[in-house]
Amino acid sequence: MSCGRMENKILSYVDGRLKESERLEMDKHLASCTACELRVNEFRAVASLLDELPQIAPSPAFDVRIRARVAAEPVKQAWWAWFAPSPRVVMAGALLAVGMIWVGLRPSSFAVNPATEAEINQNMPVLENYDVLSNFEPLSDLPQPVADDAPQPDDAGQTNSQM
Amino acid sequence: MARSDVQLMLDVKSGDEQSFELLLHRYRSPLVNFLYRMVRNREQAEDLAQEVFLRVYRARADYVPSAKFTTWLFRIATNLALNNVRDTRHQKMEISLDAPLTADSQDDDERPLDVADQHPDIEQHLVAQARSKMIRHAIEKLPEKQRAAVLLHKYQELDYGEISKILECSESALKSLLFRAYETLRVELAPLVAQHEKQ
Repeated sequence: MSCGRMENKILSYVDGRLKESERLEMDKHLASCTACELRVNEFRAVASLLDELPQIAPSPAFDVRIRARVAAEPVKQAWWAWFAPSPRVVMAGALLAVGMIWVGLRPSSFAVNPATEAEINQNMPVLENYDVLSNFEPLSDLPQPVADDAPQPDDAGQTNSQM
Repeated sequence: MARSDVQLMLDVKSGDEQSFELLLHRYRSPLVNFLYRMVRNREQAEDLAQEVFLRVYRARADYVPSAKFTTWLFRIATNLALNNVRDTRHQKMEISLDAPLTADSQDDDERPLDVADQHPDIEQHLVAQARSKMIRHAIEKLPEKQRAAVLLHKYQELDYGEISKILECSESALKSLLFRAYETLRVELAPLVAQHEKQ
């Protein structure tokens, strides 16, 4: 391996991210190249120095601010969300469907099978039957019908006096 | 068992706000630190981190787990940071690195000790503070893309594939970028490197 080819691999070597075969190749080169060995050691020193840099902590207000900003975000709905039914609408629709099915399957009190209707008509008693009407008790209290040719009581007296 | 980032994001997509809280808790500190090292201003770093989380939240409905969550997250963060650095370049040019630190550019961990603070290890503390300052300045002096590469590589421990996707370059170009960055840091931090070599 030449010193020029080291450039792309030196950091991976320092990080320990090289493949085994590449690492062995680097070890072999470093054993015979003092300049590259020095550079590797210096890169290790730089990496170690970078570790010394202290980290900062976000301010206590950071979380409060981001939560407030997220809460203030408008609720964004996709255009197809309009088609997505809400639970209440689904419930109402289901109840309506069940109600319609129940009404549809229930035998109707108004609709009569034509065959049944014909039979009822055939067996229906004739209300104007004389026997029924003559024996109908409420009708017995009514005054008897008057025949057209029968003399009226007043008219008969007048006729007798004239004679 | 902790849910993976992708699973949490898919749960956010299906309306679980609690999963967003978990992602926030998991990544707020790495993001703020990454952005702080990129833009060199704590307040701006927090504002940008807020923007990153907000963009993630806004994109939840369209989220497709085609890549690692961290790749997506740090890609948003890197783009925002690079835009910020470019937009504020002229302002930064006016601030000399040797000028006294302002309240804005100081960290709690880098604040000079109070005169009243007579700690027995004060000398050791001041040495450590000077080392930190030197390392911080060396990173800040890197060109922004090299800086982003070093921060993602060193502090986020992302693999080369992820970083190359974040920075939109090939893996080979990334390795070259990182090599140049480490070379610059090696020169900038030569006194500290030499000390380290002796130890």
